[in-house]
Amino acid sequence: MIYKVISKNEFRAFVDALVRANTSYGPRQVDTGRNGEPVYQFMPVSSASEIAFDYTVTTSSAKHLIMPFREELSKFRFRDGDWDQEVRYDAPPIVLFGLRPCDINAINILDEVMLNGPYPSPYYLARRKNTFIVGMDHLPLPDCFCRSMNRHTVSRGFNLFASDIGESYFLSINSSKAYNFLKEFETTEPTEEDDCKLIERRKLIKQSFKTNVEVTGLPMFLDLEFDSPIWEKWGNKCLNCGSCAMVCPTCYCYNVEERVATGLESSSRQRRLYSCNLIDFAEVSGGHNFRPKNGDRLKYRYYHHYRGFAINDNQQICVGCNRCGRTCLASINPKEVINDLRLEKESCMTCVSPSPQRS
Amino acid sequence: MNHLGFDTEKLKIGSFDFTCCEGCQLQLANHESTLPEFLALLDIRNFREISSERLDDSDIALVEGSITRSDEVERLKAIRAQAKVLVAYGTCACFGGMNAQKNKFPKEECIRTVYGDKQIDTMPEAHKISDFVQVDYSIPGCPVSKEEVERIVVSIATRSPIALPKYPVCVECKQRLNTCLFDLGEVCLGPISRAGCDAVCPSGKTVCLGCRGPADDINYASFTELVRDKGLSTEEMREKLAFYNGFTEYLNHEG
Repeated sequence: MIYKVISKNEFRAFVDALVRANTSYGPRQVDTGRNGEPVYQFMPVSSASEIAFDYTVTTSSAKHLIMPFREELSKFRFRDGDWDQEVRYDAPPIVLFGLRPCDINAINILDEVMLNGPYPSPYYLARRKNTFIVGMDHLPLPDCFCRSMNRHTVSRGFNLFASDIGESYFLSINSSKAYNFLKEFETTEPTEEDDCKLIERRKLIKQSFKTNVEVTGLPMFLDLEFDSPIWEKWGNKCLNCGSCAMVCPTCYCYNVEERVATGLESSSRQRRLYSCNLIDFAEVSGGHNFRPKNGDRLKYRYYHHYRGFAINDNQQICVGCNRCGRTCLASINPKEVINDLRLEKESCMTCVSPSPQRS
Repeated sequence: MNHLGFDTEKLKIGSFDFTCCEGCQLQLANHESTLPEFLALLDIRNFREISSERLDDSDIALVEGSITRSDEVERLKAIRAQAKVLVAYGTCACFGGMNAQKNKFPKEECIRTVYGDKQIDTMPEAHKISDFVQVDYSIPGCPVSKEEVERIVVSIATRSPIALPKYPVCVECKQRLNTCLFDLGEVCLGPISRAGCDAVCPSGKTVCLGCRGPADDINYASFTELVRDKGLSTEEMREKLAFYNGFTEYLNHEG
């Protein structure tokens, strides 16, 4: 990693040049909410003036720019009683600007799932390799809990990361591409004062978290609480609308479907991001549904995020961005569900037995 | 024509309209990019929007519109009797559609308001076609989505399973990165309405009125609680639920 400092104006000029020359996505204000608050999304940007540099958080994550909501896996052509298959992995290069540490950590988790498993996805690899990521730090919102998940800082997975140290940005340069781009702009070596400002900034971010979710030992809690009534309680609220999974930066479950062209001369095999909360997620041929109840589906979403990967890969795949919590119309959010689960066990009166006396 | 082992003989299709705007049938003549391929799959036996043929030997009968007159019942039963597959085509045929707005008012008042003193033969209520005949498939939508119709016709031609999305509109709405209309202070039926429309209305900042009817196994109790929690009008919610007549079982159940 190489560190540099760049004035805010110069950084803006750099970003402007970068997004003008490349297909780029960055935070833009798309609406004003009911209470006057701005609503942001990662949208196409073609100049720095379109980017909301001081945005808070986007409603949806940047996941779909590397893992599209719908993607063609292969095309089949039928001819003379035979068929041939065409598979394309090419992805045009893109710039993702303004990702938060939690968002970049989320992409690192997707890398783990899509590239480091027994069946790496060439589709994902093509997009990921051609994605240039510029990260930016921010002060947490009142409901951000990425610190609880230890995802509030990031040390890999980006090309360039900008920390706000007042008049300038402290840049972490993590790729030769970023280093070469920056050569044409005025940067300085960090002074001791810059280092101090960075440390102050980090301290401020760390101290600004208002939401804490206790995840210590959570995988075991989840094991013990498989039959807990809290799943039914929260499941009864769930609208089965899948919004949580759509906005989530790490939900990657998908469905594959075939679409025959209207002329019957070809067909397309497509992957669609799906959600385990949708009614037919676990429905199989013949019509049997393994998870017909809301509560069961909700439970397995929590198991996937907080248990499965923690046991298999020593990490939870939730990064604590709380996008699911904000988007859920039924007010279901990880903080309350997990707290409810822990309280249920920790305040359980029937199974409390006195600790053995010290001898 | 033999295709991958399937004998894709052209599907004999007829299209019939009852009380409606015929907008769903017009959709079939839309989508010019695939229109020649689409028509190549079909042998049009009766379809006044696109052909002058008037034959009554269709394998598939598309039925658009709701039933509002007694003579329509007889005609509908005759179509059912000769069709191998009968498709309720569009929101009016599937649920009664917006014609069912009149169901809330006395018959005489409706006639007087619309036709003045003219004598009109009409039933007290507008009905969905399944009130009178057995329906094999339903393609809801106001209007129907041409893409979905093409997909279903292709599925029939290739003997593939036919299904509508079971999940609600929110899935597609989130994929289009729309701002949730509840966050903008509106009552939207997206969380309980069947997807398949690519969230076309919310993408244009217009609330979903549920033209495709309820999604599978919706959580109606949670939805009404949501409207109340957001401080929005339950009266407005009920009006929207009644708009296309697709949610009657929930509205009636609530009493």
